[in-house]
Amino acid sequence: MSTTPMAAEPTEARIERRSVWHFMRRMLRTQPLGVAGGLIVLLMVLMAIFADVVAPYDPTANSFEYMSEPPSWQFLLGTDQFGRDIFSRIIYGARTALLVGFVASFVGCFLGLVLGVGSAYFGGYVDLIFQRFLDVFMSFPIIILALAMVAIFGTGLDKVILAITIPIIPRCARVVRSSALAIREMPYVDAARSIGYSHSRIILRHMIPNVTAPFLIMLTAFMGQAILLEASLSYLGLGVQEPIPAWGLMLQGGASEYAESAPWIAVFPGLAITLAVFGFNLFGDAVRDTLDPRLRSQ
Amino acid sequence: MRSGLLKIAASAAAGAVLALGLGNAIAAETPKRGGTLKFVIPAEPPSYDGHRETTFALVHPIAPFYSLLIRPNPDNPSDSSDFTCDLCTEMPKATDGGKKYTFKLKSGVTFHDGSPLTAADVKATYDKIIFPPADVSSARKAYFVMVDNVEAPDDLTVVFNLKYPSGAFIPALATPFNFIYQKAKLDQDMKWYEKNILGSGPFVFVEHQAGALFKGKRNDNFYVEGQPYLDGFEGIIAEKQSLRVQAIRGDRAAIEFRGFPPKSRDDLKAALGDDLTVQESDWNCVLIITPNHDVAPFNDVRARRALTLAVDRWGGSKYLSEIAIVKTVGGVAFPGHPLAATKAELEQIAGYWPDIAKSRAESKKLLQEAGVDLSKTYVLNNRGVDQPYTIVGTWLIDQWKQVGLNFEQRVQPTGPFYDTLRSKRDFSVSLDFNCQSVVNPLLDISKFLSNDISDSQYGGYIDRDVDDLFNKMNQEGDQAKQREYMRQFEKLTLDEHANNFITLWWYRIIPHRAYLKGWNISPSHYVNNDLANVWLDQ
Repeated sequence: MSTTPMAAEPTEARIERRSVWHFMRRMLRTQPLGVAGGLIVLLMVLMAIFADVVAPYDPTANSFEYMSEPPSWQFLLGTDQFGRDIFSRIIYGARTALLVGFVASFVGCFLGLVLGVGSAYFGGYVDLIFQRFLDVFMSFPIIILALAMVAIFGTGLDKVILAITIPIIPRCARVVRSSALAIREMPYVDAARSIGYSHSRIILRHMIPNVTAPFLIMLTAFMGQAILLEASLSYLGLGVQEPIPAWGLMLQGGASEYAESAPWIAVFPGLAITLAVFGFNLFGDAVRDTLDPRLRSQ
Repeated sequence: MRSGLLKIAASAAAGAVLALGLGNAIAAETPKRGGTLKFVIPAEPPSYDGHRETTFALVHPIAPFYSLLIRPNPDNPSDSSDFTCDLCTEMPKATDGGKKYTFKLKSGVTFHDGSPLTAADVKATYDKIIFPPADVSSARKAYFVMVDNVEAPDDLTVVFNLKYPSGAFIPALATPFNFIYQKAKLDQDMKWYEKNILGSGPFVFVEHQAGALFKGKRNDNFYVEGQPYLDGFEGIIAEKQSLRVQAIRGDRAAIEFRGFPPKSRDDLKAALGDDLTVQESDWNCVLIITPNHDVAPFNDVRARRALTLAVDRWGGSKYLSEIAIVKTVGGVAFPGHPLAATKAELEQIAGYWPDIAKSRAESKKLLQEAGVDLSKTYVLNNRGVDQPYTIVGTWLIDQWKQVGLNFEQRVQPTGPFYDTLRSKRDFSVSLDFNCQSVVNPLLDISKFLSNDISDSQYGGYIDRDVDDLFNKMNQEGDQAKQREYMRQFEKLTLDEHANNFITLWWYRIIPHRAYLKGWNISPSHYVNNDLANVWLDQ
């Protein structure tokens, strides 16, 4: 046997062997911005999980006696035109953002992983046809494709998740396929084939584990993008609907009409979106830098 | 004696000052000729045919090209009973026991192509509206259910023969969509006017750049002497409200004829001060809560009554009017009309009780009796238009939450929204609207009739008691008796049978540049848009 498999093996194997603490210490030392991003993400997750405890008010209850109140001790970030506490809506909005972000990016990337690896593994006409099919999807900008999906499926949280998931699939599949093409040529895959392992076993046991790094990178990158897409769709009135707290929707409700007289209605949800996407992007970059051996060596 | 002279001198001086002042005032209000009016339009019309379409997007840019037989008085459009001639010479008195109306036309009126406008054109127009061929759509055919036939005995006389006397006829005739078309064009092709414009109105069509603007220029042969005052107009299409507000603020446009929310009015007023004039009026538009009678739980009258009892209309009016284009609490008839309910009468109807706590307690009791599953989330179907649809929808969801009913709002663009109402019908409750032009409660309430009579009733119910009252009302000449029927109709529809419910009546706010003169607000964004008497004080 040649030495090629030994050369590929160590990178993946070392990652698995390392302890979580070691990984975190190294991240902190080498990727301080990534850690900051991770902390933002962690804060979001905690906000979403403990929203019932943290939020001072019911995020959907109208209190017309407090319409468009500026930030104060009573309402930390002010109230919107329905008298709803913006701080509480931002906290609950993290649930919507994370739900959409996690589900859309995880499902989209997972399907992209399966399809990308499958396409690379089978090659030939399967790969050719499948890639042209992906080309069609990828020829549309992601927001345009998401808008088209919303037009087909309609509005609402479940439909928005679906609309965001679909554009993610081909993008993830294309990246994963390029890694899988290299893996397919590895002698250990040939060896597995030669001893009669089934296609599913080879894909699941030998190929997918070896494309985990690009998969994780895409997953973290798409989380931020999914949150931004959800906010964009809601801002356009095509995403989550009132009175569900969602950042893009909050921005839509206040951006044009109240920009001058009650800017806090639009500013704080805007900041929340910016911070969340910033956090996910920093975290994603750090994960990529850590898991990608070429970047790590630099 | 001296004192008497002083008094006379003082009186003369006062008279002179008053006369001078009055003279100045009259001079200041004397229309000036010239200039091009620029206004913004929130949407593009689907076609140019006023008989077919129902949208303001058609009326605003296209009404200036056409004449009407009669119309609401442009100097007093807020009075729902003040109608005046446009092409006719004098408002006729009904004859033959109220069943015959004879109109004399102005002579010398011409279409913009120079051909004379005669009674034959008016007859052809109303035949198209009232008795359209099967393949021609007429949105207001039902308004003329009382008309037997239209005659044109000579070039300047048009006669409408009715099947029965009806107080709804004259307001129906004054509908601003009833553009007078040329008979020759209609004979050539009944759908010619869908894609072409040829009228006899104060302005002549110049161009339409799709998605951008409409242009019109003065009709120098217009039959009202001295009018129109403007050299022309440009209707600029701007779909985003923020753009339209900015257009007025930056003086790229002088007015938008549909209406702005209170916040935009306040912002514009703060920015422009005396350069802005604001006209406001109750609006002959209302959002209707439409429960789906075909599916549980709102196929049960108790569950439907619970819906209306949970809504605090009096409180909502106070606060929603600060953020949305809704304001007035009313029943089925336009508030303030002689046929509309008084506050005391409204307070007898479920959902209008003055004590909201008592009302909501009754609502909870009814929900329990009807066995409504409060753990479920029901669907409120709504139209994807902020003002006032989604704002009122969000308010209603909060109102219903207070009696334990959970709703999610499904907001859809206009096409899918109607598809849900007409075909899919997969909603628990929907918001729907009833927007009319000329205030004519006798016909405006046709929305509430059984759905085998009213094409625009989406609750899916048949209610013959309501239908009978509607017919009695429309064939009754005595207004007091009509009013009595209207109260019974209202009580049945909104309370006892709880078919569907009124939310709040819209409120029209038109902030416009102060230099725009001669235009008066009306209770409808369809009415008074021919621009003949509009002028620019610049």
